[in-house]
Amino acid sequence: MNLLDKNNKDTVESIAGTIFLVLGIVNIAFVLLICIYLIIAGLPAIGKIGIIDFLFGTKWASTAAEPKFGILPFILTSIYGTAGAIVIGLPLGFFSALYLAKIASHKVRITVEPLIDLLAGIPSVVYGFIGMLVLVPAIRSIFDLPDGASLFAAIIVLAVMILPSIIKVSITALEAVPEEYELGSLALGANEIETYCRVVVPAAKSGIAAAVVLGVGRAIGEAMAVMMVAGNAANMPSLFESVRFLTTAVASEMSYSSGLQREALFSIALVLFVFIMLINAVLNVLLKRGGVKRK
Amino acid sequence: METIFDVENFNLWYGENHALHNINMQIEKNSITALIGPSGCGKSTFIKTLNRMNDLIPSVRLSGSIKYRGQEIVNSKINVYNLRKEVGMVFQKPNPFPMSIYDNIAYGPRTHGIKNKSQLNEIVEKSLRDAAIFDELKDRLKDSALGLSGGQQQRLCIARALAVKPDVLLMDEPTSALDPISTSKIEELVLELKKNYSIVIVTHNMQQAVRISDYTAFFLLGDLVEFDKTDKIFSQPADKRTEDYITGRFG
Repeated sequence: MNLLDKNNKDTVESIAGTIFLVLGIVNIAFVLLICIYLIIAGLPAIGKIGIIDFLFGTKWASTAAEPKFGILPFILTSIYGTAGAIVIGLPLGFFSALYLAKIASHKVRITVEPLIDLLAGIPSVVYGFIGMLVLVPAIRSIFDLPDGASLFAAIIVLAVMILPSIIKVSITALEAVPEEYELGSLALGANEIETYCRVVVPAAKSGIAAAVVLGVGRAIGEAMAVMMVAGNAANMPSLFESVRFLTTAVASEMSYSSGLQREALFSIALVLFVFIMLINAVLNVLLKRGGVKRK
Repeated sequence: METIFDVENFNLWYGENHALHNINMQIEKNSITALIGPSGCGKSTFIKTLNRMNDLIPSVRLSGSIKYRGQEIVNSKINVYNLRKEVGMVFQKPNPFPMSIYDNIAYGPRTHGIKNKSQLNEIVEKSLRDAAIFDELKDRLKDSALGLSGGQQQRLCIARALAVKPDVLLMDEPTSALDPISTSKIEELVLELKKNYSIVIVTHNMQQAVRISDYTAFFLLGDLVEFDKTDKIFSQPADKRTEDYITGRFG
């Protein structure tokens, strides 16, 4: 047999290779297309309004006779809302993960884990719906407010929504810690809790940081659920006031917008996009450092 | 001689699998006892019983008696954390924690409540000296322990075990992952440590057992076939199976 002969297999191989290449390029093209379109659509309004007035203006009045396009209230609301969700969701999610990965019996774990997956699968409109019907009235009566739709309600809904990703990624990070560390600590006479706190968790810290960033990405990009519970008024953020997020600012006006208002909405989307790109970059660095695979 | 561990009619099961049958032996103070035998003979299982690390495996069942300095440790409500402080362990694969050399050594003492900085410094230095690794590492105490070579990591792990001032050291094939030079350093160290500690060492390497141990126990398929002075075992084994094993006919 002549080893240089080509046969059918090579042809099939090269056709398959080409198909995969084309499909891969289509994928990347979508990302690039969105990216380029957002920049083209978003930049002009920023130019017209002025980048300082746009990013740091505290008043948004897009339909007023003398319109104002300051999106600082949205930026801050998105940041505060996300930070609040992390402050509540991280300890809750992290300790659940520690419990499930290390302490819970096998039986408990196989019962609870599918439920967490289910939590991740619930559509955000359902979260918003429950938030509207249960959480908002509860906040109104507990804190004696005229209206319960507020930043606080949004924070709680977001905290619950990011729980599954925080729990899942933290479990993966905790399980990636070699068992030898645990055995080494126990063999020195340390008890289990001490071993988790002083050896296992520090060894998993970059994976846990990745969980936080993933949670941040989820929370900052969420629109539907927060729109339903946050009241949606373009106020500067305050815990018990009605607020509007970057996402909801785009979603709530897009249907009836025109002219500069419409262009400004694209600019908001661009700002949100930049935020998410940054978060993703941080996430990738953390995951690489932690050696934890993204799921 | 004083007896450290007194093992009587000890049995162990993994679920339905009867892994150790009726083990009887005495481990003496300030001696090195080697446990030899082919893979799966139960020697590692046995050593992990001596500091109750087997507790971590849910399906393990024990019967019989093992007394550590007169106190029953099988199926008794002892404080296992205290037992493990007294009976330290060094593992097959060097397992330093992902922290600095200093923090690795200080981990045990801190766990047992020592917070005083100068006291910790003293313990760290003494442990590293006792493990014959202080001179190599004294300028690198703040560096990560993961940057050390395998042999250095293993001696660091020995130093870490010494830092809680144990009475007994259990070593589960401590040199099987190391090169010959690191191995001979560890062997020298173990001989040195015998003055102050009682040592039980699992080894696959029969020359190692001959070189360092005072007593040798030969395990086969869950039975303790023979337990005697090392020279006796290797020169005039009483049991045919021991002879076959040490002359390399199987295993």
